[in-house]
Amino acid sequence: MEGIAIRLQGLWKSFGQTPAVGGVDLEIRDGEFFSLLGPSGSGKTTLLRLIAGFETPDQGRIELAGQEVTGLAPYERDVHTVFQDYALFPHMTVEQNVAYGLRVRKVPKAERLARARQALAEVRLEGYGRRRPDRLSGGQRQRVALARALVGRPRVLLLDEPLGALDLKLRQQMQVELKALQREVGITFVLVTHDQEEALTMSDRIAVVDRGRIAQTGTPAEIYERPATAFVASFVGVSNLLDGETAHRIAGSPGTYSIRPEKIRVLTESAGPEEPEHATATGTVAEVVYLGDATRFVVDLDGGGRLTALQQNLETSSAEVAAYRGTRVRLRWHRRHAVRLPS
Amino acid sequence: MRTEAGRDPGRRLAAILRRRPRLRPVLLLTAPLLWLTVLYLGSLAVLFVSAFWTTDSFTSQVVKVWTTDNFHALLTTPVYRQVVLRSVAVALAVTVLCVLLAFPVAFYTARVAPPRRRPLLVAAILTPLWASYLVKVYAWRLILSEGGLADWMLAPFGLRGPGYGLPATVLTLTYLWLPYMILPLHTALEQLPAGLLDASADLGARPARTFRSVVLPLVLPSAAAGSVFTFSLSLGDYITVQIVGGKTQLIGNLVYSHIDLDLPMAAALGTVPVAVIVLYLLAIRRTGALDNL
Ligand SMILES: Nc1ncnc2c1ncn2[C@@H]1O[C@H](COP(=O)(O)OP(=O)(O)OP(=O)(O)O)[C@@H](O)[C@H]1O
Ligand SMILES: [Mg+2]
Repeated sequence: MEGIAIRLQGLWKSFGQTPAVGGVDLEIRDGEFFSLLGPSGSGKTTLLRLIAGFETPDQGRIELAGQEVTGLAPYERDVHTVFQDYALFPHMTVEQNVAYGLRVRKVPKAERLARARQALAEVRLEGYGRRRPDRLSGGQRQRVALARALVGRPRVLLLDEPLGALDLKLRQQMQVELKALQREVGITFVLVTHDQEEALTMSDRIAVVDRGRIAQTGTPAEIYERPATAFVASFVGVSNLLDGETAHRIAGSPGTYSIRPEKIRVLTESAGPEEPEHATATGTVAEVVYLGDATRFVVDLDGGGRLTALQQNLETSSAEVAAYRGTRVRLRWHRRHAVRLPS
Repeated sequence: MRTEAGRDPGRRLAAILRRRPRLRPVLLLTAPLLWLTVLYLGSLAVLFVSAFWTTDSFTSQVVKVWTTDNFHALLTTPVYRQVVLRSVAVALAVTVLCVLLAFPVAFYTARVAPPRRRPLLVAAILTPLWASYLVKVYAWRLILSEGGLADWMLAPFGLRGPGYGLPATVLTLTYLWLPYMILPLHTALEQLPAGLLDASADLGARPARTFRSVVLPLVLPSAAAGSVFTFSLSLGDYITVQIVGGKTQLIGNLVYSHIDLDLPMAAALGTVPVAVIVLYLLAIRRTGALDNL
């Protein structure tokens, strides 16, 4: 099959009783920045290790670039990994670490040194080649691990929470760099993360992993705007989940619905629906949280139930928003933003 | 307050120590340091000094005149030179054998055996250390005796046991010091992060390559640390060679046989293993082994 870098079919893997990966089907395209997003223990690392070949599946099939690799050892797969803890060789210099994959494949020394230097330049670590990994900061180690995995130009690069150990500032900077690097080299990246913001900002497509299964696959916008399950809605971003009587009253028909807080406008009670596609509900402001750039309103609805709404602080200031507590308001949103979830 | 604190010696000391934190370890280490200098370095110094004395050849009395005759004899007498070289060769052979035997054992106990059984295996490796040294050596004397276990087991292959002599000495010493090599190797292999082996395979290395380029370099310092024990214990031994060594002479029993007749010569001979071990330590310091001791 052309254009498919990784295909997983009916993949199962158990450690003891409960399956860590329980029936995963997935296709990752060539050149894609793909993220596996899920909470801790959902089986992301196990999935990655199955692709890399460190674990063998109990059932199912793994294809890389159309070739079945299910039974192959890691060293027989054209896949390199950036490990969660980097796994740099402590007895080698940075340069030797980066050149290791080339040395193993018997690339001549001069070429391998040149390529290692170039890879270090790509991750902006020129001049660090002679150092030992233990003399580097966390962010620098992360870059060495990246250079080491990239230098052999594998078909697929697997990254297991590569930014998890970095502080927020550095993490955001590395997110931008990683994305730029991926565009530059054009290699398929599979990123494991539990950080929904990271997945949303970096990925071409995301698979949300829930207890060893794929809950939804799609572009960041699809995942965010049209979550397929209640789990996806609550895990990716913040969401109002409505069900039962409240859902029936507000959405007009029974079912479970998800509405993002930023899609809900907070208006004075007297305001009406402007357009026919708008839905509204009245209630009393129970809580006001000033977030700096925005304000979060928690509103107790008249017929029961609660909705959270997020408003940008375009004109209001902190002193003014606090005065909203206890006032009567009308909430308004577009009907298509109330996403119906399968029950 | 101030004067009161000044009068109480305990408090005064506490105050001084607070102001000068560097004095604290000095105080703490005074007793062990005294012990070390007086008893250990002191006796080494006495050994070294007495090596420069001589003995009255008629009365065998020590004569305290300053002379380098003993060292001169040590360097020029062929027998002494041979014994020194033989002793170093034995210590090296024992060390090499220990590494070769200990590695597979440690690899099994640290990485192959099921994790729950590992503590038991380590305990099993340690048990011989609880038995008396003499009992173990005499056991080997029995094993290696004429018509003993070694002969009996090798007989079907048309071979015989090594009997008593140099090979028997090396064999017995290897048996005695093997646990000192297995333990550091076991620890090193057990602490080897699995992630490094994964990373190596991930980058295309087959198991043999991973072993050569990742496992070996990382456990080498521990092997060197173990070799400090196997080497120096072998070099200092004089009992094993007496029991299973036949007529073999090593530095240890040479020293022993000189003690009654010529104490200064014995002392001069005794400085040889000290010097060799210092050289050995300097040589392996470069592997980083001493950081792990
Ligand atoms: N080698 C193993 N032996 C036993 N159980 C394992 C092993 N590896 C993973 N598991 C179990 O499989 C499940 C999934 O683990 P996995 O490491 O894939 O999760 P994860 O999504 O990567 O989590 P995290 O975000 O915390 O890294 C967990 O319940 C874990 O306990
Ligand atoms: Mg993980």
